[in-house]
Amino acid sequence: MSGLAEKLKAGRFVITAEVAPPKGGDVAPALKTAEKLKHVDAINVTDNQGACMRMSPVAVARCLVEEGFEPILQLTCRDRNRMALQSELLGAAALGIKNLLVLTGDHPRFGDHKASRPVFDLDSIQLLQGIRKLESGFDMAGNALISSPGFFVGTAAAPAAEPQDLVLQKIRKKIAAGTDFFQTQAVFSRTQVAAFSTAVRAEKIPVVLGVVLLKSLRMAEFLNDQIPGVQVPQDLLKRLDDADDSLAEGVKIAREMVTWARDLCQGVHLMTFGREDLIPQIMTE
Amino acid sequence: MKDYQAVFLVGCGSCATVCKVGGEEEVFATQEWLEECGHEVTGSMILDEACHIMRAAREIRRFRDQIADADVLLVLSCGAGAQSISDCTDKPVLTGVDPLFLGNVRRFGQYEEKCSLCGDCILNETAGICPVTTCAKGLLNGPCGGMEDGYCEVDRQQQCAWVRIYQRLEKQQRGVFSRVVEPKDWSRKFKPGKHFIDRCSGKNSDL
Repeated sequence: MSGLAEKLKAGRFVITAEVAPPKGGDVAPALKTAEKLKHVDAINVTDNQGACMRMSPVAVARCLVEEGFEPILQLTCRDRNRMALQSELLGAAALGIKNLLVLTGDHPRFGDHKASRPVFDLDSIQLLQGIRKLESGFDMAGNALISSPGFFVGTAAAPAAEPQDLVLQKIRKKIAAGTDFFQTQAVFSRTQVAAFSTAVRAEKIPVVLGVVLLKSLRMAEFLNDQIPGVQVPQDLLKRLDDADDSLAEGVKIAREMVTWARDLCQGVHLMTFGREDLIPQIMTE
Repeated sequence: MKDYQAVFLVGCGSCATVCKVGGEEEVFATQEWLEECGHEVTGSMILDEACHIMRAAREIRRFRDQIADADVLLVLSCGAGAQSISDCTDKPVLTGVDPLFLGNVRRFGQYEEKCSLCGDCILNETAGICPVTTCAKGLLNGPCGGMEDGYCEVDRQQQCAWVRIYQRLEKQQRGVFSRVVEPKDWSRKFKPGKHFIDRCSGKNSDL
């Protein structure tokens, strides 16, 4: 069983972070980042993040397993049809990968292969259903497997996105399809975190809150302009602007969010963008 | 065109005329342009509907002498029309149009893609708005994480298909679309598609 699942079931507050596969044939840069994440419970391995072509996340996740880390393999529907996704999943199971985060995936238009054909044969909900089917001993076409894999499967949520009814409907579909946990997009408002955790509380699905380290005012403005579903509120922008040391202020803000998460959620997913060394500071109670 | 001297021009009176790429005006302009470039134009015609295979073959036959004098046929229609022509002549056929999609006409010169002819339609549940076509990812279970303030991550000028569906369903008091839609049956979209209607038995079949 996945260590992450065990911890969440035991009611322990979990910390996850992220490693991006390198753009090259040597896994060393990813392992170097992972070395700075010794104190987190699980490490997300991104899948051609931002639609930019990089090393296979399955390979990186396996290398992390060999080094004693617990990976969360991110799997998007952008680059593989249902056959490729299922065979990837069986392969991941064989390689000792136990946690997944299934995503629809960014459109290739954002990435470095703009001319590539977007696949989207499945969406994140259908992929989740497909995984549950594999676990029951059958593939998506109904053929029997000779051995069935087992995964702890998360899905994404953007609690701040509007219109809320519509966004919540998709969350409900993910719950119905059997998501084991949610990892959220960064949320900067305690009210929004509270509303989301109330909405899913009845289902007892663990929520791992996305926490971004705002390194500067410029970065916060970039998030507001460029990242869908992420809204850094005015008062935080002002705090970053007024601060003598905006990075220190960013750490303080992240720490406040971790405090909300301890109250309202079951863990945090830290996005520190190269400042993994600041994680202990962010997590100080 | 540089490999060919004498050209016979074919336009189409249907979509290509509406789209201003293969009607009388464009065929005439192309003829002038070819002649300016030193080509000889042996003749031209506008088919009623270039996509009608038998009719295109019949209409083309009326121009056989002018076609016989030509080295090449230049067709100003969609790819479907160009292939009706290439099927009924031994001459090389070139197409002068690069079609993008099956478009609805908003007003003259303004076209919108609304249907992908996918063979697995869910319009009845989605308030008559097709997510297969109008969602950039063709998603069937609601918006992706890229939706921002109701707009699409791929084109910020474009409303998210699922927001449009949501708003129209709400207006019609039909509630939020809640069915978990199973993966799409792409086997309905075998290429090349071939639909056959047997007029005697009344049976339809997809071959």
